[in-house]
Amino acid sequence: MSLPIAKIRQAFPILRRLIDGHPLAYLDNAATTQKPDGVLDAMNAYYRTQNANAHRGMHPLAEEATDAYEGARGVVQKFLHACHSEEIIFTKSCTEAINLAAKSWGRTNLHPGDRVILTILEHHSNIIPWIQLKEERGIELQWVDIDDDGNLRFDRLERFLHEGNAKLVAITGQSNVLGMQPPLQEIIGRSHAAGARVLVDAAQLVAHHPIDVQKLDCDFLAFSGHKLYGPTGIGVLYGKREFLEHMPPMLGGGGMVQNVTEESFIPLDPPARFEAGTPPIAEAVGLAAAIDWLSQFSWEDIIHHEQQLLVHAGVVLSSIPNLTILGRFPLQPTPYNLPPRTGCLSFTLDNLHPHDLTEILGREGICLRAGHHCAEPLHRRLGFAASTRLSIALYNTPEEINRLPAAIERAREILTGKTADSARAHGRVANYKLQTTH
Amino acid sequence: MDLYAENILDHYRNPRGKSPLLPQRERGQGRGPIQHTESNPACGDEITVGISLQNDHISEICWDGTGCAISQAAMSMLSEELEGKTLEDIDHLTKDSLLALLGVPIGPRRLKCALLGLHACKNALCQFQKIPLRSWSETVA
Repeated sequence: MSLPIAKIRQAFPILRRLIDGHPLAYLDNAATTQKPDGVLDAMNAYYRTQNANAHRGMHPLAEEATDAYEGARGVVQKFLHACHSEEIIFTKSCTEAINLAAKSWGRTNLHPGDRVILTILEHHSNIIPWIQLKEERGIELQWVDIDDDGNLRFDRLERFLHEGNAKLVAITGQSNVLGMQPPLQEIIGRSHAAGARVLVDAAQLVAHHPIDVQKLDCDFLAFSGHKLYGPTGIGVLYGKREFLEHMPPMLGGGGMVQNVTEESFIPLDPPARFEAGTPPIAEAVGLAAAIDWLSQFSWEDIIHHEQQLLVHAGVVLSSIPNLTILGRFPLQPTPYNLPPRTGCLSFTLDNLHPHDLTEILGREGICLRAGHHCAEPLHRRLGFAASTRLSIALYNTPEEINRLPAAIERAREILTGKTADSARAHGRVANYKLQTTH
Repeated sequence: MDLYAENILDHYRNPRGKSPLLPQRERGQGRGPIQHTESNPACGDEITVGISLQNDHISEICWDGTGCAISQAAMSMLSEELEGKTLEDIDHLTKDSLLALLGVPIGPRRLKCALLGLHACKNALCQFQKIPLRSWSETVA
């Protein structure tokens, strides 16, 4: 069955917005998705009828707020197919979730000389916490490279694992620049065989692919609500109970402690141990509503629609002169039967700066992201300072993508004073390219 | 007026003073070029300025860098403006005088693009005077 796209679009009030008379073509979903009425209504209803602090009172509202918050945890548990609800920790973001793993599990379990394996695909939020740990603890970082098509060099990963002392593999489930999905199941299996734990940064994966943490057998997994049609201000760290039980709290404060004396404290069990301070209750309610909303559609339909859209985007963009898609296009079959790209494509055009291009496209209501997308090491590896990213959600349509070629030509003409034909005639194929330093 | 006004695009397409070779050290007399690099952490744009002095006047100002049309055009215009001026003139330059020079409306999201060249010139001066470098928040204030 195909997705009822018109009906889906109706659920997102912001998609009816005009920018200077132009309909919105929101193609920046890897940065954050828009929110359906179901999410907005659930948060509004929570504040209007139930608002109180969770786990902190005996009155009726306190009980309802606690039920709403813990109910949301149950929804996330089911969504991730986690074994226990206490394996779901609410944080303020995916970034905070990864930091929690690094600063709690990492500080306790990693020692000088231990190795953490990362990939060059990682977002800064799955890089910097580990660099901090390297500076603090003297651990070593090893980087798994990609090949020229953008696929992960599995052989490099295996070599690192066989070298020994690999304690953790911290890997993205889906690149926020190339849209590549590393073969998680295989990576987790081989890592465990080598004695390494695995943390998955699922920030990009979560809205585009089903996640079953028991089947994957990952040890930690992090994502945020706002890239999953939910609100900002909430993230999730999934951790296996056997690890969480032995991890110290990262933050101290209210709600995470059994008892406190002038000298010491005894923390609560997970997940409360890791949720000091008043948690993001309304945001948890919104996240649960987003998951409920998304769950009315089958993953099969979502994946089918989004794959068609992304292949269409690739074909449309490839038709634009002097436009280079990062990683290989046409899409090549990848190992392990994974889709070649999911969620996003990034590109460069002539030697035009992505900021200028997206500023001009934005005037026509076309919203794309420009920059290094918090993946500076990957851009350096690819030899570009910055790129323009097109990222989709299930409400996007081929018609929105079809607006790109003409709009990009108008931008090119404004910036260079030349049309694509004359640019080609002058041999201006040089892209916005840096000296590579890898 | 449009951000991508004709004079901005003209400076972007044909930048003045942009040269990968920074000024050579004056032979025998005068002081060598002051060279300083600044970048915009939000987008990775980078500008290096090189200023040669003769009798406290700017005898040559060169720059090189990568960036968007706004940052490149602003530096191009600034280099024309500063030719023959004194170091004191750099000191007197402000955010507002640079924006007036550009003559197009600069919104908050492009402010650092517009000011990258100014920030580099100001800090070249700080470096020369051996005083602490200015932070970005001082330049955009």
